[in-house]
Amino acid sequence: MAMTDAEQGSKARTRLPPMTVLGPILALVILVLVGAALNSNFLSAANLTNVLSRSAFIGIIAVGMTFVITAGGLDLSVGAMAAFIAGLMILVMNAALPALGPGVPIVLLGMAVALLAGLVAGLLNGFMVTTLGIEAFIVTLGTMGIYRSLVTWLADGGTLSLDFGLRTYIRPIYFDGILGMTWPMIVFALVVIVGEILMSRGVFGRHCAATGSNEHVAHYSNVRVGRVRLITYAMLGLLVGIATIMYVPRLGSASASTGVLWELEAIAAVIIGGTVLKGGFGRVWGTVLGVLILGLIENILNLTDLVSPYLNGAIQGVIIILAVILQREGRSA
Amino acid sequence: MTAVPVLALRGIRRSFGPVEVLHGVDIALHPGEVHALIGENGAGKSTTMKIMAGYQPPSEGDILIDGQVTRLASLHEGEEAGIVMIHQEFNLAEQLTVEQNVFLGRELRRGLLADRAAMTRETQALLDRLGCAVSPGARVSELSNSDKQMVEIAKALSRRARVLVMDEPTAVLTHTEAEVLFEQVRVLRAAGAAILFTSHKLDEVRRISDRVTVMRDGAVVHSGPTADISEDEMATRMVGRDVSVLYPPRPATPPQEVVLRLSGLEVPGHVEALDLDLRRGEILGLAGLIGAGRTEAMEGMCGLRPARMTALEIEGKPVSIRRPADALAHGLCYLTEDRKLRGLLLDKGLRENLTLQALWKFGRVFVDTAAEERALDEAITTFDIRAGDRRVRAGNLSGGNQQKLLLAKTMLSEPRILVVDEPTRGIDIGTKQQIYAFLRELAAQGHAIIMVSSEMQEVIGLSDRVAVMRRGRLAGVLEGPAVSEEAIVRLAMGIGAGPAAARDSAGAGAARREEA
Repeated sequence: MAMTDAEQGSKARTRLPPMTVLGPILALVILVLVGAALNSNFLSAANLTNVLSRSAFIGIIAVGMTFVITAGGLDLSVGAMAAFIAGLMILVMNAALPALGPGVPIVLLGMAVALLAGLVAGLLNGFMVTTLGIEAFIVTLGTMGIYRSLVTWLADGGTLSLDFGLRTYIRPIYFDGILGMTWPMIVFALVVIVGEILMSRGVFGRHCAATGSNEHVAHYSNVRVGRVRLITYAMLGLLVGIATIMYVPRLGSASASTGVLWELEAIAAVIIGGTVLKGGFGRVWGTVLGVLILGLIENILNLTDLVSPYLNGAIQGVIIILAVILQREGRSA
Repeated sequence: MTAVPVLALRGIRRSFGPVEVLHGVDIALHPGEVHALIGENGAGKSTTMKIMAGYQPPSEGDILIDGQVTRLASLHEGEEAGIVMIHQEFNLAEQLTVEQNVFLGRELRRGLLADRAAMTRETQALLDRLGCAVSPGARVSELSNSDKQMVEIAKALSRRARVLVMDEPTAVLTHTEAEVLFEQVRVLRAAGAAILFTSHKLDEVRRISDRVTVMRDGAVVHSGPTADISEDEMATRMVGRDVSVLYPPRPATPPQEVVLRLSGLEVPGHVEALDLDLRRGEILGLAGLIGAGRTEAMEGMCGLRPARMTALEIEGKPVSIRRPADALAHGLCYLTEDRKLRGLLLDKGLRENLTLQALWKFGRVFVDTAAEERALDEAITTFDIRAGDRRVRAGNLSGGNQQKLLLAKTMLSEPRILVVDEPTRGIDIGTKQQIYAFLRELAAQGHAIIMVSSEMQEVIGLSDRVAVMRRGRLAGVLEGPAVSEEAIVRLAMGIGAGPAAARDSAGAGAARREEA
């Protein structure tokens, strides 16, 4: 014990960041170098914009997931939740089309539906975890099944499609932007900035870490543990709503296969970024790196024929396990 | 007593990285002898014991078993050699039964199947030998602390332990439970076992040990027969300065102004109809057996657990407390007895721990870390928190320094009425002295303090008045010359409760109720 203290102390004095901080940064840098070496198109603005826009959905959700995990929780329902919200949004917009016509009001209506549905779904998860005291894993496994099934039912086993005219009207929400950035990128960036500040400097972030670190200590220290947890789930639900708002314009449809495995990708990004799975410590900037690392691996495999893109999952899996090993070394060193 | 020690350490040094924590320790355990190892927190007692039991190898020096130099490469080899260590935090699988725990890792088999009948029989025999009434089929999580300790000892016996190393065995036991343990220790000694134990309670050391070894700063500063050294001398050797004046003087005039008036407190299952008055500037000791409902009462009053009360007045105004924040808003704060599980975030730094309870002082939305650092500077000075490096995690501090940090954390939220629960549990005498002085100073500044404590000396030495609880009710309040160990014990046991047998059943019953 005495040794670890002394070593950590001297490390901090020489200002060399530990491997837990360097690891994800190095991994990202290496990926970028590898990508650039393998394909000249990799660093093109078009490709990077594409990667970032596609990563934005998972990224926005992963920021929320960072808070949930830091506070000692978990949410497996986000992928199914996104699919359900997308389905709901499409149904409502289609239904309102004859009355409102394509225009700003119907888009705002769709957004309001997504945000509200996300918030309610998140609150529901949070309520069951905190007030009813059921394991987060069980609760969100349950709601995952419920939302997945609901969207399949709404789509009657097929696909829910946005009215064609409407689809053309809202396409810019995904594909347009300002200053060379697409809207998903801009929203992702804003969510990250707010999330990072809240986590690292905010009272709320501190309360999340305390709750996840030891909820009894937090309770005895006057932290309203239940409320902190509830807010993290509600926040995550809201962010799923925001991600869905960006996602629907991209394809204009939702089906049973929408958002499949998003929850695991989001959790993986959070863990790769250095947040501790059992709670107590989280960092939003790390999550962003995690999202980018996962996104870049997929992109590089698609761009080159060195390794089959079908092995994407395998490589991501290896990265996740490596990240956790690095974290552990960082803890014991 | 034979000439060859069953287990001896010779010139043991141990370093962690560049830091040497043991500087050549010599200690010898003889069969049929109870050996006490005492010293302040951080003196090297735990490391010494771990080396004895094979948990950690020494960096230099020899371990001798029956006079032979032996290397204990692992805990397992230690056990093979008949050395068993019992930790302060029990090493039992809570969800398994007593019998499963006793035979964990070396289950008796008949063919491919576990021979449960034989294991139950042997466990029963061991428990009988220890005079322990627990059933071999009972789940460990349902046992009281003293019963868990008995299970640990039964486990050690089943491994044919010749050397029993116990780390603060009485820290979690009540007075009565400790007596039962001492009885067993005497039985084991008579059977020829060598026993080493640590304790911060010098009266216990005096009573049950044959030989005492004092450590300070990683070295043995005294070793000899217990009969040759007084408690005062033990304390002086441990601390390296005179600590005979452990308790600060009381104020000349007893405080009168009532700042807190509690009536009709009910905590379901623990406390019934409790009334309590607290005066400004006083330290009110709250005594009683473990399980008498003291902690539950105080937690209930402070909004930490569900409770009802007829009325609660603070500084003359009726208040309603539903959650800890309400209590704090009225200047009332509870400092937990369990600093590791409820008090501190062990894997967080000092700064995060210090400010957690009073984070509102460092910003409503964003935390001002520079201000936090300044607060930590101040706390380190005021409370004499000794951390080699201020970036260490709270879990790496010694017990005494953790307690000081917890106290600093609590005081940062500026309570006017402070409830401290077992403020000196498991900490050394030097730190105790500092904490007593600090509590007295707070009282002198006009704070009102309730001190829940199971340590009789502390209750008598520090309190202005003593309230005694028994079975969830107030048994009586003692003041001035009426405060004595006997009076407290009589109230705690229920007046008229006669000989030791009745006491035991009362104590065990209450303890069990707390577990449930």
